[in-house]
Amino acid sequence: MFAFVIRRLLISIPVLLVASFLVFIMVTLMGDPLDALRVTNPPTPPETIALEAQRLHLDLPWYERYWHWLTNALQGDFGPSVNKTENINEEVWGRLGVTLRLVFVALAVALVLAIVTGVVSAVKQYSKMDYTATFFGFLFLAMPSFWLAILLKEAGILLNQADGDPQSRVFYTYGDRSVLLEDDSAWGRFADIAGHMILPTIALALITFASWTRFQRSSMLEVLGSDYIRLARAKGLRWRKVLTKHALRTALIPLVTVTALDFAGILGGAVITEQVFGWHGMGQYLIDSITTRDAYAVMAWLLIAGTIVVIFNLIADLLYGVLDPRIRI
Amino acid sequence: MTEQLQITPEKAVSSKEFTVQERSQFQIVLRRFMRHRLAMGSLFVFILIVLFAYAGAALWKYSYTDITPDNSMPPSWEHPFGTDNLGRDGLAKVMRGLQQSLKIALSVAVIGIVMGTAWGAIAGYFGRHVDNLLMRFADMVIILPGIAVAASLASISQGAWWSIALIIGGLASANVSRLIRGLVLSLREQDFIEAARALGASDSRIILRHLVPNALGPTIVSATILIAVGILAETALSFLGFGVQPPDSSLGLLIQQAQSAVNTRPWLFYFPGFFIILIALTINFIGDGLRDAFDPKQTRVRR
Repeated sequence: MFAFVIRRLLISIPVLLVASFLVFIMVTLMGDPLDALRVTNPPTPPETIALEAQRLHLDLPWYERYWHWLTNALQGDFGPSVNKTENINEEVWGRLGVTLRLVFVALAVALVLAIVTGVVSAVKQYSKMDYTATFFGFLFLAMPSFWLAILLKEAGILLNQADGDPQSRVFYTYGDRSVLLEDDSAWGRFADIAGHMILPTIALALITFASWTRFQRSSMLEVLGSDYIRLARAKGLRWRKVLTKHALRTALIPLVTVTALDFAGILGGAVITEQVFGWHGMGQYLIDSITTRDAYAVMAWLLIAGTIVVIFNLIADLLYGVLDPRIRI
Repeated sequence: MTEQLQITPEKAVSSKEFTVQERSQFQIVLRRFMRHRLAMGSLFVFILIVLFAYAGAALWKYSYTDITPDNSMPPSWEHPFGTDNLGRDGLAKVMRGLQQSLKIALSVAVIGIVMGTAWGAIAGYFGRHVDNLLMRFADMVIILPGIAVAASLASISQGAWWSIALIIGGLASANVSRLIRGLVLSLREQDFIEAARALGASDSRIILRHLVPNALGPTIVSATILIAVGILAETALSFLGFGVQPPDSSLGLLIQQAQSAVNTRPWLFYFPGFFIILIALTINFIGDGLRDAFDPKQTRVRR
């Protein structure tokens, strides 16, 4: 297994390298970040612009710039930001935790929800429960993530105002944490962060779970119709045991595939959710960076996102081995 | 497959030798689709939405750029979808947004399917190094979050509708290429292809009579689903500010402009969202109906 992990990681290195090259060309085409300096009033002195160009390595030809970026990035330095007061490394690593917190909790909630509703829908096919789950599955599949996020946010605001006291709060609707904390103990900080996570997590999880529950339902139906389940029943095994020990384990394999495939999409969904709830996470950083044409910041963002997706796919491959003993890795 | 053996009464009394009417594959698929009530209903609703967007905008008394004296009016007979704070008519704006969003979503489907089919078919047909190269390229597109790449690319092109369609369609074609490649690879090895070859069928006959009809079903289904993907991606992109740019309109842009006024002018927020959901929902149902029509094996319900 160790050899497998190493081999897979080695294969993904060239993919990430080529991706970084193409992304570099893309961000170079995004436009000149110094344009903003050229149109200021009073005009910026040309020396300042030349110095900025030198700081951002814009005086080098693009291939030299890429090489320069690559050699530095491999040593953990993502290059200078267009915003002089910001350091890309600090920003990115500081914000990554905020975003991953949202992504992984939403992922876990979506998985649990998808497995439970999918299995119940399949076991009780054509029941009221099945139709309800199917209805919501289709609804959330068709719902734009930003619309649902705004809806939840506004619902939270309305609930907070419902008792007429503007100071009272049921849900946090803005930011990833409070700026001023009343209770600055470890527990207080944790509770504050968890409180801020509730609505964004629901928004991201509901959008994500929709297609998974359909998947889980159909794969569970397929397994329940198979011969080995009939055999397990025929030899007198209890239904509950058949479901949990025999059917569910097999039916989870397709879900692992879909989860791994959708993971990049969840990172994208987090960008939108963060934007709606005003989180200072990776998503907001990406949007700010694209707007200011901060090429190195966009590169850092995409490289980190790509690496996370690669690692996540690797975990999914390892999970196949756990779920299906026939697969040896 | 009872429908293939249906006996038509007129022919039964006539003295002809065969009482069974021959049907082409297309007719069989069409009949199965027409029997899928939810899909037919969805198709009807979808056509109504398209008519509403294009014919409605031509007939409606206000244009989306007209500024009327009624500011921030709730829905009324004069303004069925209300007005915004400048007095622009909500219905006209939603119809314009629908036009742009539909146009982009349909283009995404066409671009995605054409590029994806070429990409996947070439990879599957040539195999070996070409396959390896093209599929690693698809992997690369797939590991990067689409919305991030699309937003970066869209900021280059300054938000022309066709460039947004091209970006989303191009990124989506990576997924399509995997599907098509898998189809080509599995079809190539199937017994009926071998049988046709053994009977002396030419390459063009195998491709036209066996490969294309068998690959057509999944391709059409994924093209349909791409419309839903396209509309959700375009509205998300426009919502983030990298898609369609004002003064033009799109359903995503309308929601972005309305997000600060959800509680004070809710009509501006709910109507565009309702249409996005309706379009994505009907498209998904149509896709399901087509999937069942093309491949009745996949559904357990007998139709």
